[in-house]
Amino acid sequence: MTLRRRIVPYLLLGPGTIWLLLFFVVPLYYMAKLSLESGVVGSFEFTWHWANYSEALRLYDTQLVRSFVYAGAATLIALAISYPLAYTIAFKAGRWRNALLFAVVAPFFTTYLIRTIAWETILSDDSPVTKVLHAVGLAPSGHVLATSGAVIAGLTYNFLPFMILPIYASLERLDVRLIEAAKDLYSSAGQAFWRVTLPLSMPGVIAGTLLTFIPAAGDYVNAQFLGGAGNQMIGNVIQALYLSQSNYPSAAALSFVLMALIMVAVVIYIRFAGSEALMGDESR
Amino acid sequence: MSGAGSISAEGRGARAWRWLREHAVNIVAGLVVLYLLIPIAVIFLFSFNNPQGRYNYTWVGFTFEHWAHAFSRPELTEALLTSLKLALLATLISTVIGTIMALALVRHKFRGRRLANFLIVIPMATPEVVMGAALLSFFLIYNAPPLGFETLLIAHVMFCISFVVVVVRSRLIGFDRSLEEAAQDLGASPFQTFRLVTLPLIMPGIFGGAMLAFALSIDDFVISNFNSGTTVTFPLYIFGAAQRGIPVEVNVIAMILFGTTVAAMGFATWQQSRAEKMASVRPEQEATSVAMPGAAAA
Repeated sequence: MTLRRRIVPYLLLGPGTIWLLLFFVVPLYYMAKLSLESGVVGSFEFTWHWANYSEALRLYDTQLVRSFVYAGAATLIALAISYPLAYTIAFKAGRWRNALLFAVVAPFFTTYLIRTIAWETILSDDSPVTKVLHAVGLAPSGHVLATSGAVIAGLTYNFLPFMILPIYASLERLDVRLIEAAKDLYSSAGQAFWRVTLPLSMPGVIAGTLLTFIPAAGDYVNAQFLGGAGNQMIGNVIQALYLSQSNYPSAAALSFVLMALIMVAVVIYIRFAGSEALMGDESR
Repeated sequence: MSGAGSISAEGRGARAWRWLREHAVNIVAGLVVLYLLIPIAVIFLFSFNNPQGRYNYTWVGFTFEHWAHAFSRPELTEALLTSLKLALLATLISTVIGTIMALALVRHKFRGRRLANFLIVIPMATPEVVMGAALLSFFLIYNAPPLGFETLLIAHVMFCISFVVVVVRSRLIGFDRSLEEAAQDLGASPFQTFRLVTLPLIMPGIFGGAMLAFALSIDDFVISNFNSGTTVTFPLYIFGAAQRGIPVEVNVIAMILFGTTVAAMGFATWQQSRAEKMASVRPEQEATSVAMPGAAAA
């Protein structure tokens, strides 16, 4: 009986663990092997060819930096505009709450590619939006497509719900009495926000920024449709090397560079922003 | 005379300014909602467009033509059917696998639990392009199964599992175990308890996880683009068509999918509120039935 009880969790975990090991971890191993191969297209051989990595960094440093700058900008904009919406839904929406939550997830119900192509329509040269942006001086050349701004706007849009929902979730669980207590103790509305509400919602902010930044840094759909030749991100390079040029070793090396840089960014970010906030989440 | 006028104008200005400050958060929130919904409105609007050339980028004229013949393009219809079949299978497999994983993680203490948690989180923290490329490296080396529907299914189940686990687990954590104990006290076998008590109560979580898996699968482009071979899914069809002009029927089908998902969401919400009622009513009934004989004895 006790033996059976001890085996049960492993039996329950078994299928999923095997699936994830076989189709997530093992493929990473093969990609690692591939990233150390050398040769010409069609006949690569494993030779511990570390030069793939230095070469990838040297050739595509612009796209790597650009990916992180775009993803960072999109994450910051998303945070700035998500917080007010999450705050309104959590504290002020009343009977509109479900309708607003629906508006937040609605974009997920239309295909990612179609959403992005809709932005291509919205930002095209003769659209009203572009004309307004031109008139107020935000698009001096009269073009919005094929600029950094268009790609960042697309990234912000496509990952916005990933930012709003965690922030909303942490605000919604927040004990309103703490804010009332701060006000009873003569804090102004602003002080109560900066010293009570915002710190208590940090777990949501951290989760939201990670859920936005990670997919944005690896994205290539927005750059493909909304950007020009000068706005290509690292995802575009990986995709092109893999699928068009069949240069598997370079593409594999670049994938690992991207993954490693994202991990480093995430670790630094969590160290910097959040052990306290994450502990707050743990204690709940 | 003029002085009084300027004072009241000033008062009005100050009042407007105060109103604006008080409602600034709501105004920003409203603008964000607009930003979220504009592309959907554009997709909807352009599903009625009647473009002259191949490109559906500028508004030409209104027509119901494309709604009436939404399935008139065989390649598009086939891609949609492939996507639906793929999403249904991936949802089914990942929901079963993910649910039992969540049960193990919440209900049992065992060695390697942290490792299992890590294994579940890490795919969610990996960019899709890396997952797609890694899987392709794996499939290329073995060349079996050949790239196509099977490899797509493997990939989709892989990236859906983690999300199902996370959703079902959150439902299990708030679970009142006394209901199960009550069932067992009343003579239910462990299997009966699971089928008649546990399963109905965590059903909204399972349904939510399944919905998420379905949405992720039917929407996936990046990973599919790497592992599809010659199989064409709905997003892959759109990507291919983007170069030569996207037919209006794509917008129509996108809107049909949108409507269907909204209906499913509505159903899920309704089911959840029902389950919550069920869970909240029972302990009270139990309390009264326990209290009654006690009161009679006193």
